[in-house]
Amino acid sequence: MEIVHTPFKHCDVIKVQGRIDSATAPKFAEAINAITEQGRYRIVIDMSELAFISSAGLRVLIGTQKTCKRYNRGELVLAQVPANIKSTLELAGFNILFKFYDEVLTAVGNF
Amino acid sequence: MTTYTFPGRYDSLEQIAAIVRQAAQDAGLSSFAVYSVETAVDEACSNIIEHAYGGENLGPIECTLEITTKGLTIILRDHGQPFNPTHVKKPNRNSPLSEREAGGWGLYIMQQWMDEISFHFEDGANVLIMRKHKEQQSE
Repeated sequence: MEIVHTPFKHCDVIKVQGRIDSATAPKFAEAINAITEQGRYRIVIDMSELAFISSAGLRVLIGTQKTCKRYNRGELVLAQVPANIKSTLELAGFNILFKFYDEVLTAVGNF
Repeated sequence: MTTYTFPGRYDSLEQIAAIVRQAAQDAGLSSFAVYSVETAVDEACSNIIEHAYGGENLGPIECTLEITTKGLTIILRDHGQPFNPTHVKKPNRNSPLSEREAGGWGLYIMQQWMDEISFHFEDGANVLIMRKHKEQQSE
């Protein structure tokens, strides 16, 4: 798994490539926590090159959404989600918890 | 039928996924069915490490793959604590964020995406059998 973090004025984009499983989810969580610990709670996850996500990744996303939305501070949104990944997210009912964007720039513009 | 043995640790997951993906493709499963098998096996192996063994490097995972006329059969064995799926609370995919459990999705995904799934404890081992069928040809 590779992570590229790009800070924008109003939000942060994390591009995650490869696999998020039980081996790599802690590193994914660490990268997101580094952002929220700076007091930044508007985050876009660019999933365009994500090949696989397991429930270990779902756990990180749900936990982060709770952190971001607490006190109406912000939100975690998902962009360019591949079809397989989307099937996993929908199975876990993510459609009512997260906004999905077709383009990263549209997601950034939302903030 | 081929059996592979992997160390029970999380960095085995990627290698297990590669072997399972290849077998699922060889079995003639559709692209999404291959992905669903990869996911179910990943969840099962993660549960073995986390719950049956209670940590990494405490025992092996044996993975048997069999291509059948109907599709692919996956048998996973471990020598950890007996696992009873009826003790696992079913997550609610409709609950709002404030009530949403972050974890507990692994078993649910396995049950939803595999065509057959059964757990046994025999001869001191957890034995999980999962089957994924090829899509039926329309007549």
